[in-house]
Parts: sequence; C-alpha cells; structure tokens
Amino acid sequence: MNNLQDGYNDPLDVLGPKQASQLSRREFIKLSGMGAGLALAFVSVPFSKSVAAASEGSEFNLYVQINPDGVIRIYSPNPEVGQGIKTALPMIVAEELDANWDDVVIENSPVSDEYGRQRAGGSRSVPLRWDELRKAGAGVRAMLIEAAAGEWNVPSSEVTTNQSMLIHASSDRRISYGEVANLASELSPPMVDSLKFKAPEEYRLLGTRITGTDNMALVTGKPIFGIDIQLPNMLYASYTKCPTIGGRVVETNLDDIKALPGVVTAFVLEGTAGVPMFDPTGVSITPGVAIVAESTWQSFKARESLQVEWDTSEASSDTWADFVEAAAELRGKEGATVLAEQGNAPRVINDATTKVSSQYNFSFVSHAQLEPQSCVAHWRENIMEVWSTSQAQSLVRGSVASLLDIPKENVIAHQLRGGGGFGRRLNNDYIREAALIAQRVDVPVKLQWSREDDMSFDFFRPGGFYNMQASVDENGKLNAWNSHSIAVSADGKEPNVSAGLRPIDFPREILQHYKHTLTLLPSKTPTGPWRAPSSNSYAFVEQSFMHELAVAAKRDHVEFLVESMGEPKWFREGEDYSLNTGRAVNVIKIAAERAGWGAEQPARRALGLSFYFCHAGHVAEVADVSVDQNKKITVHKVWVVADVGQIINMSGAENLCHGAVIDALSTMMGLEITMTNGRIEQTNFDQYPLLGIVSRPEIDVHFVDSGYSPTGLGEPAFPPLAGAVCNAIYTVTGDRIRSLPIRKSGYTI
Amino acid sequence: MISLSINGSTQSLGDIDPETPLLWALRDTLGLVGTKYGCGIAQCGACTVHLNGVPVRACQLQVGNLEGQDITTIEGVASADGTLHALQEAWIEHDVPQCGYCQAGQIMSAAALLAANTKPNDDDINAAMAGNICRCGTYTRIVEAIHTAAGKLDQGGTA
Repeated sequence: MNNLQDGYNDPLDVLGPKQASQLSRREFIKLSGMGAGLALAFVSVPFSKSVAAASEGSEFNLYVQINPDGVIRIYSPNPEVGQGIKTALPMIVAEELDANWDDVVIENSPVSDEYGRQRAGGSRSVPLRWDELRKAGAGVRAMLIEAAAGEWNVPSSEVTTNQSMLIHASSDRRISYGEVANLASELSPPMVDSLKFKAPEEYRLLGTRITGTDNMALVTGKPIFGIDIQLPNMLYASYTKCPTIGGRVVETNLDDIKALPGVVTAFVLEGTAGVPMFDPTGVSITPGVAIVAESTWQSFKARESLQVEWDTSEASSDTWADFVEAAAELRGKEGATVLAEQGNAPRVINDATTKVSSQYNFSFVSHAQLEPQSCVAHWRENIMEVWSTSQAQSLVRGSVASLLDIPKENVIAHQLRGGGGFGRRLNNDYIREAALIAQRVDVPVKLQWSREDDMSFDFFRPGGFYNMQASVDENGKLNAWNSHSIAVSADGKEPNVSAGLRPIDFPREILQHYKHTLTLLPSKTPTGPWRAPSSNSYAFVEQSFMHELAVAAKRDHVEFLVESMGEPKWFREGEDYSLNTGRAVNVIKIAAERAGWGAEQPARRALGLSFYFCHAGHVAEVADVSVDQNKKITVHKVWVVADVGQIINMSGAENLCHGAVIDALSTMMGLEITMTNGRIEQTNFDQYPLLGIVSRPEIDVHFVDSGYSPTGLGEPAFPPLAGAVCNAIYTVTGDRIRSLPIRKSGYTI
Repeated sequence: MISLSINGSTQSLGDIDPETPLLWALRDTLGLVGTKYGCGIAQCGACTVHLNGVPVRACQLQVGNLEGQDITTIEGVASADGTLHALQEAWIEHDVPQCGYCQAGQIMSAAALLAANTKPNDDDINAAMAGNICRCGTYTRIVEAIHTAAGKLDQGGTA
C-alpha cells in the first residue's frame, strides 16, 4: 500500500523527493554523468547530431555551452507538454550563471541516461532538478570568473558578474562571458562544495515573467510538435485495435486493404495477451491491424474498408452501470479490507449527536490532450530511432529495446514538444506500436492515432466511489472519520493505477479516531496517471464532505477548515512532501480574505471554498458561483492561492493555475467516459464536451512567498476546484452534489 | 492535378485524391504543419484556416472543391518580410500558450475577427472564438491578447 504513505502516486517515480533534495556531492556528480572525480561534470553532450551541428561554442557541462559571440546555449532536459518546463529549467541555470536572458538560446537536450530522470510527471521536474541545475549554472559562473581573473591577473574574489559580463570593479575592467568562454571551458571545474549560490533576494530572473521559449515558433506555425515530424521518404501508418478493449485479431481482409489507393502494405500485430495496462517500461502491445500508406489520409481512409473478426474472450467486459449498482449496494457500509485504523471511529460516530454519512462518486475521464498520439520510427541496420512526445523519455529506449530484443544503445530517442500530456504520455504504448510497425518497413514511418483511437485506447482516470462517515463533537469540532474507498481493480488485490485513495494523512494525523477501508470492484478498463492522480477526484469528495460537516456543525466553513488543521506542523517531520498545517492555514485564510469571504452575496450567488494538498503544493481556492432556476451555473470568479515555494517563471506559474481551474471546471461539469461490455462509449469531442472560452471564469492567482524551495505546479492547483464550485452551489441551492460530472445532476454552464 | 492558392502563391498537390481533406493536404503534401489535427470532425478548431478570409475547419474541406479560392494558413499570417501580425506579437507578449497545440487555430479565428471588427468586446470575442477549444485552458490570456492586438491595430499596427 505504498500509495497510502505518499502524498502522490506517480507510479514511475522511484527517486523520492527527500533523497533528491539532499543529494550528496557524489550522487550529484553521478547524476551529471561524471563517473569519478572531484568536480562538476564536464561532459560532452552526447551523440545527437543536431545538437552537435548547432553548437560551435565551448561545452561546460551537460547543460551549458557558450559561444565566442556570447550566445549561451542551455539544454532543457525534461519533456515539454505544456507545463512550461522547457523555459523554466533553463531559467534556473541562467539565474545562477548570472546570464543575460537575451543571450540565452534553449534547446531540448538529447534523450540520454546522462540526464537522469527525463520525465514530466508528479509535478517533480522543478524540485528534482533544482539543486542540480543551480550547481550547473553556478559552476560555469565560477569557471568564467576564474578565467577572467587569470586574464586580468587579479584574485578571483575580486571578479563579479552581471548579466553575462565579468567585472573587475577596482580597475574598471569588463569582459563578456563569450570572450572568455574558450579559456574558461578548459579550466578544471570547481569543487561542488565551493560553489556560491544566490540568495533569493539577489534573483534577477526567478520569479519574473518570461514568455515561453517556443512561443515564436508556436504563433508562426513552425514544425515543433511530435506530429509535425517529416522525414524523407516517410510513410504513414494507422493502427486499428479491437473496440472491445483487449480483443485479439482472428481474421482480417488484408488483401483488400493492400489494393486500396496509396496503401503500401498492411499487416497484423499479434500483440500481447490480455488487456493493456499502464506499462511505460514494458513490452505490451495491444493487438491490431497496421495499414501503411503514402499519406495520413490514405491510411485513415483505408480503415473504412477494414473488416476484422475479433476474439474478445480475454477482453474487458466492463460496464459502468454495473459499477454504479455494486457501489449502491455498499452504501453506508465499511469495506472488508482495513487499510488504516486508530481509535474507534465507528463507535464515536455512532454515539455522536452530529454526524454525516454520504456516498460520493466520480466518472472515468480521458486525458483528451489535443494532439492525438503519434510517433515517427525508423528501423535500419538493427538500430531503431524514434521521435516522440513521451512524458517518460528516459524510459523509451529501454522499453523499445526490450520489445525488439536489441541493446538499449541501439535505440535512439528524440524528444519533441507534446500537444498536451496530462499524464497520458507517461505511457509509451504508441511508441512501441510505431517501432514494431517500422520494423516491417524500410523507410521512416509515422504512426498516427485518430482522435477516436486516442479516446478509446486511453489509460483513463479511473472512476470510483467513496462512503464517507464522520462526526463532530459538542463544540462542532471534527472528532472521528471513517472512509471507505470502492475502487476498480484488475487483479483483485490492489486498486488499478491511480484508483487508490491517498493521501490519508489528512485527517488521520489530526484525529484520535480514524478508519479507512477498501472494497475492490473487478475491472479491466486500463487506467493510468491523469493530472494529479487520485487527488483530482478525491479532493472533490474530501472537500465537499468537509463542507457537509461544517454545515451540519453550523460552523463557518473557513473557521472549520482552519480549525481542522490544528497547530502549525509538518505531518511528517523533515519530509518536504508532506502537508504542513501552517502553510495550509495560511493559504486558506489568504484565499478567504482575497475573495471577501463573509460579505453578503447577491441573490442566488455564493462563495465556495476548498483546500487540497498534493504534489507538495498547498492550494486553497474560492469560487464565486451563481445558479439560476434551471440549474444553469455561472462561475464568475475563482481565487487561487498557492504555496509552492519559490516561483520559477511567474508567467508560466500563473498560466498553469489558469489552466488547472479551466481543466477542473471542464472535467467536473461535463466530462465522463463510460463503457458497456468493455467498449468505450465516447470517442470524440462531440461526446466529450471540453469547456469553451465562453464559460471561463475570471481567475485571480496569488502565490505565497513562503521561503521554501520550489515545488511543481503542473498538478496541485487542479484538485481543489470541484469542491469549491460544488460547495458554492450547495450554499445557493441546498443541493449537495455528490457525483461528477455535475451535468448528470442536471447542471449546465 | 489540383492546384490551390495558399498564402498568396499557387501550390500543386499533384495527383491527390480530390476528397482529401485540406488539413492533410496542407500537412502531408505541402509540409505546412502549422495547421493542426485535433478531432477530424470540426469540434476543436485546431485546424482553422481562412477560406476567402472566412475562418473554416480544414478537416471538413475537400481539396477538390477549393481550386481558385484563397486559402490562408498560420504560416501566411505574418508579412512576407517576417513582420508578425499584431495578434502574434500579443500572443508572445501575454505568453498565451501552454502546450500551444491549439494556438494556431486560435490565432486564425482571432485574425478573422479583427479583420471584421477592430474593436471587439468580450461578447464579440466569445462568439468568434467559441469553436476553438484550448485543452490547457489559456482562455483568459487569449482574450487579453486579442484586446491588446486590437488596440495596436487601432493605432496603425500591422495586420
């Protein structure tokens, strides 16, 4: 039950945040690609021809090259899927390098083990790279200072830097980074222990607003995404899988298909047995029919003539209505499996005067990132080269190598910008499909999923159910909690990926009487991490239920939430990724204050509050909502108050909070994936209504300057929103919404 | 042989199937990949281009029906000398994109709006942009950027 102990559950993460923030020098050097030695890594950027060709400057380490003309090239190691990491990580390097941002050119780094964890998941790219990138920048700055000091024959301690310039103040001499780059790069790198880092008040870049490094390319339509890759002689493939998830190909009309216009070849991939599961490192392949053609359109068009007999004997037979029925029978009951228990919550609740018992549920949802999956693969002479948008780039090479049974060194991976990720691209299933297809063709092949493929063959945010019971004492204070998670499971032992309840630190850490139980519902529908896994749905349950309790206790919601946190403390001392009640109370109070909590509201309009902690972020949100007589809601404004420590790029951080609010509002309003007999029933946006511009609320974002090191922001601003909106709706209407999406309860926006 | 007028020049598509959607002809045949595939059923707006100045979804147009008509894609929005359209400048200034995949389509819809209405209010913007989904949720900044661009155009900026 690992996921009960962690504040997050990116199933790919093995390096915990605590270890990462306390890397020893030895570990840092190892991480930087230098096997032995005393100093900061001094390593050639590996094997990518495009990188080598583009750079004529001096290489200082894995991240920094400086040209004689002053151009500073910084390699951004982690996948960019819209979270702004390609801009944010180089900002950290440039800050400690004391570079003028106008001199900086950013490129994606190659995919190489030298760069360690090249992943976009768990909101961890910034916190896990923070120390390493500061060292990379400060190390180069120290080398430049030493070189300039040597040139001027003055002590290094007298040389300062400012915006890519080296300065000796007393002799009024200045020289640019570019002018000493060659000399500096030949010096021995400094001892890591000797590096001097800036104090936050000395920052020139961090916390300022920097426009995204790819924005010029984006607004002019340059080829920049995975789907945009075009190679000479490239062919285009579609891949048709069984609509009933996990079905296998028995027979198909390949000869008819091969005769169609533009079709070059068509063949069956046998695939691996059983339904696909989240498997970014593995070798699983969903069976299907590949059609390789001269254009995307021809490969799509040919599918219309494809006839396949499927064997669904091992396929999913899931039906959403069955889950609903099973959960209804469990209403009010505990689960048979006890996951955590202290004191005697059932007795305390039973004896209490004021208590609440409710069942909540939420739907399966699809990632629906706007760029459907694609991957270009090229097989030649036992080498597989792939161009992909994986969020788990550092796992691509191993996965493809295992699949093809070739050495990992024979797999070359390129990272391209992804048109949205939201966790979907943490799985590498489509990359493996492309590799297998390319192995059968002697030119590069682009595998292109249709939107329908993308929505049908997702690794979904799992739907689920919670029975919630709790009581308050005679003073209206929360005193016992008994929750029961009813979760989907393929193996009957553990919840499927992202289907488990977590974290249970709150309110277990503050209560004497606490119990949590589990029931598993058999399910073969593939699930996976989806922006703020588990938190994205459980926060709605927890924070709506907390409001139910506040109402039952006749307490002000802000007061009740703040009181429930207790005294300021870390739930787990020394663990940066655990909830800090002081930081929680702070964001709750600031959000309430900014929103004007307590002021009289117009008719049919109210404020709703929610707080959630996940992925090391403490976030409170207040929603200002109107509800008309026909259950049409208007979300006028949302206040987001977040404590995620030091902000890297203020513009990107604010944008992520805007996006989290819109995404969460979109999802809670109208998004639902259902299945009948193993077949997904929604396949495109006409059945999956993403929120449009008309429904956007005004969004006020405020970051608390708490003095902590930075943590990630891709996820933690998402979870609180649904609770805030639903709590406001309750205050207006008295209707307690316990099911997502709320469209099913008759609400529109 | 089908030839189309795209961004002011005539482009031959060779012996392409006349039923081929403009979206795929632009991307695969002409290498104009700024126009994006999102849904294929005119629900997302990622493939928005201008047909005779009117914003349309390229996934719904067959190339066989388009000869002799003026098509503008995101690659043709800036001036030939590379000067950006006021909207493109505003998009960078406001740091609108997150993933950026929808933004070409957003800019095409906004450009058609500003060509017809130099001082749009929020309702005008909502109406013009309603068919363009941003999965990342950048709507706030899209609206701000359109207002900024409209202001610049009003003062004689580049369109």
